[in-house]
Amino acid sequence: MKAWHFSETAYPYLPPDSEYESIRVNLPNRNYDPKKGAALYDRFIEEWQVAEEEGVNIMLNEHHQTATCVDPAAPLVLAALARVTKTARLLILGNPIANRRQPVRVAEEMALIDVLSHGRLEAGFVRGVPYEISAGNSNPMRTNERFAEALDLIVKAWTSHDGPFSHEGRFFHHRQVNIWPRPYQSPHPPVWISTTTPNGAQRVGAQGFVQATFLTGYDGTRRVYDAYRRGWREAGRAQDVPINRLAYAALVYVGDNEADARAGAEKILWYVRANKVPQHFSFPPGYAPPQAFTRILRGDVGDQHSNFSAKATVDGTINAGLMMAGTPDQVYAQIRKMYDHVGGFGHLLIMGQAGFLDHDETVRSIRNFARHVYPRLKAEMPDDAISGFSAPAERTAV
Amino acid sequence: MGETAIAREIITLAGIEIELFEGGKGTPLLFLHGAQGFSPTHPYVAPLTQHRRLIAPSHPGFGASGLPLWLDSVDDIAYVYLEFLDHRGLDRIDIVGCSLGGWLAAEIATKTPERVGKLALVGPVGVKLGPTDKLDIPDIFAMSQEKVARLIYHDVAKEKPDFAKMSDEQLTTIARNRETTALLTWEPWMHNPKLRHRLHRVSAPTLFIRGASDGLVSQSYVDGYARLIPGALVTTIVAAGHAPQLEQPEEFARVLFDFLDA
Repeated sequence: MKAWHFSETAYPYLPPDSEYESIRVNLPNRNYDPKKGAALYDRFIEEWQVAEEEGVNIMLNEHHQTATCVDPAAPLVLAALARVTKTARLLILGNPIANRRQPVRVAEEMALIDVLSHGRLEAGFVRGVPYEISAGNSNPMRTNERFAEALDLIVKAWTSHDGPFSHEGRFFHHRQVNIWPRPYQSPHPPVWISTTTPNGAQRVGAQGFVQATFLTGYDGTRRVYDAYRRGWREAGRAQDVPINRLAYAALVYVGDNEADARAGAEKILWYVRANKVPQHFSFPPGYAPPQAFTRILRGDVGDQHSNFSAKATVDGTINAGLMMAGTPDQVYAQIRKMYDHVGGFGHLLIMGQAGFLDHDETVRSIRNFARHVYPRLKAEMPDDAISGFSAPAERTAV
Repeated sequence: MGETAIAREIITLAGIEIELFEGGKGTPLLFLHGAQGFSPTHPYVAPLTQHRRLIAPSHPGFGASGLPLWLDSVDDIAYVYLEFLDHRGLDRIDIVGCSLGGWLAAEIATKTPERVGKLALVGPVGVKLGPTDKLDIPDIFAMSQEKVARLIYHDVAKEKPDFAKMSDEQLTTIARNRETTALLTWEPWMHNPKLRHRLHRVSAPTLFIRGASDGLVSQSYVDGYARLIPGALVTTIVAAGHAPQLEQPEEFARVLFDFLDA
């Protein structure tokens, strides 16, 4: 098991949510005080450094026009982290390549970070959550098709070393692709893809990339992983799916004791409670199948992000498998339960900071995890373990 | 108002399966629907088919028509319909286009001016006239469905659709029409930057029709659009919004035929 400290670098100093329509897309940036923002970045970077000291890897992501994640150019922050860290693996999850107009530029940015970090980059790619569509002015139709073409082009740019090649695709056109630098790692940095749906996971499994899923809970995660394992096997990648191909992201707070854990968990729940977004930003046309919109027209407002709720509770999110919070023993047990329920996963993406969880609390949780939980995970869930429900009967049945 | 049978068939144009509605007797009139699509149950269908042979295709990606991956613009659809005119041997035809369909009709009239008899554009989009820092057409994808309805209709309460009573198929069509509208209009928003520089080619007598309460297409937008087409006229229908053909179908038909039959 590998663990990753993930911070969305949120800006929590907002007016009451009754005073704005949405925390994303159209919340005026007069609500962002750059001096407070700079201080936040100082501490967030320090927290990633603490994670490295404790043997935990580093993860960040990218969102646009939102207080929930003030990192609209994740490669810039990753470049800074590449120079203030020495050993941790650096995961960007990810580059929103359905919304980026120049995939070759993304290939260049990632190759440069791989060089700056001496080969520590883990390059993740995402279609992007629906609220990114308006911010990026990105056509909400055909995002999967753009994503697929962009990813192919990026991997080819990384792995072509004999002078320019051309690309004349459906969405992107280049005559002279020949990136400098090329990636430090060979043949290229590990590729991660996030998806929360079985259909998407099956495609990722067929490609053999690392699959990450966010806050999908017990059964949702199992469905995603089952689809990944099915895609992997159907593509002829052998029966055994290594656990290091699968990642799960959860809110995590490891307290010194139950009282500390409860207080930290309440604070980190901000991530779930604060995500106030109206339907017109969470359901752009074409992002989800038409059937999803028909449910809205009928008045069913549920969506694939329905785990986000102002009414969410600590106990509810723990019971759903979205949060691992408690004492070290309790958190270990929660991770173990998820691991066993979904057939095993090799990466725990720790959403370890949110809202008003302060620096000392964040660091305390990182250290409690690294010193009292992580060693057990590494011992009991080795990276070369096999994912899936590997009773011989099922193995032969597949 | 008599009932007229509307036939429905699926034809193939440019390799795309196109749903085609047709009914009524008289001189052919090509009806190009807007973002809401065409339905034989719409209230303007009966008055229009009393005087004309109404020909109403569902655009690619709307209704039951296919949507190939290569197609992503109103310009593309204009060429599909030029092929339709060839296919049907229609050397010259009157066209009425509503909203997005008005943009489509204008594109056709710039490409083959000689094939358009008369041209009626109802609350059309398709050009950019105002300043860089102000949308000519409000961003309907950045507001609630309720607010969009208030901009579209003069009488929202009367036009409010009852989604709860609709079938899965009807709702899926609504969702799909919305998707294709986004595909075609997203960027540049609701216009083709080239179109305004081609509109001087339009030779058909042209009438712009605007609902007085239209919250999407302003009077100044329609007036500016009309100035780009030689000799174009502008008229207004009261107690109607962006879709006067839905809210005032009889008055719409009267205004339209006054123009077409003059």
